[in-house]
Amino acid sequence: MENMILYKAESRGHANHGWLDTYHTFSFADYYNPERIQFGALRVLNDDTIAAGTGFGRHPHDNMEIISIPLVGALEHQDSMGNTQVINSGDIQVMSAGTGIFHSEYNKNKDREGKFLQIWVYPNKLNVEPRYAQITLDPLQRINKLQQIVSPNPDDEGVWIYQDAWFYLGNIKMGHQIQYNVKRRENGVFCFLIDGKMKINDQVLDKRDVIGLWDINSVTLASESDNSEILVIDVPMKTEN
Amino acid sequence: MAAPAVVNILVVGRHPEILNKVLELIHKNTPYIAAGTLTDDEAVKLFNKLKFDLVLFCQGIDPSSDKKLRHIFNSGNPGIKIIQHFGGGSGLLYNELRAALE
Repeated sequence: MENMILYKAESRGHANHGWLDTYHTFSFADYYNPERIQFGALRVLNDDTIAAGTGFGRHPHDNMEIISIPLVGALEHQDSMGNTQVINSGDIQVMSAGTGIFHSEYNKNKDREGKFLQIWVYPNKLNVEPRYAQITLDPLQRINKLQQIVSPNPDDEGVWIYQDAWFYLGNIKMGHQIQYNVKRRENGVFCFLIDGKMKINDQVLDKRDVIGLWDINSVTLASESDNSEILVIDVPMKTEN
Repeated sequence: MAAPAVVNILVVGRHPEILNKVLELIHKNTPYIAAGTLTDDEAVKLFNKLKFDLVLFCQGIDPSSDKKLRHIFNSGNPGIKIIQHFGGGSGLLYNELRAALE
């Protein structure tokens, strides 16, 4: 199909730095694959495991919408805007890096590793004032349905970003099926299977596989395991970047 | 076309700390040599004085400066590559440089 990409988990870029064991869906750091640079405005999807008590030291960001989703454990975040926060599994964190922000991110737990997804989306507006937010989600609101966690609208559910993109988490049980309708004609849908096994349209995804589809109106998500956890990202396919 | 053995990069940004970080990261990679500046005037002076293969715009370059500098650089060297860096001295930097030089 010309309107689909399917990346199996084992084909991702991988780097193990000891303190950080990371898988890159798209080219990042020393992993460079010209066929896997981005999916529209979605530029980074890193699947990170951070060793106990370690983390990312102070480093800068600018002009990027950065969404962090802890999967296991807790991260302690400190930034140049004066925020010191802990994000736990079940929370969502967003930063609009804009004109520039410095931050650090450490595994809060000294006795066990932490896992989180780090997602970067190109902004639709450059050089904005940096901002930070986090929310706590009710996991019951995503059982056999999609729970919105990111949108372009400050008044909508979840956190918001400077991009016409929507993120959802779903926890779909065996035998259940969901139809997702794409938000905008210009958008594509990118699905990252966090856990379990799912059939997305006619493609079977295993844990950590991804599929991206565009020029479509809807996507069918069907669980083929007892507990399938999925991240759905609805994102513009064309950017100026 | 093969990338040159040594790549000379002009970095223009507005955030001193981020500019320094980008220069530090560039210099960690042996094929790259970079000069950086926070102002348009200094960028033009450096461009006219030294030979660059690539110009990297960091954050804070407003649309009028972006347009003006691109015009000056393209006029001075029609083959110059000019790219926008996103993320701020981040994991995208080497990717962006490699992609631009391919």
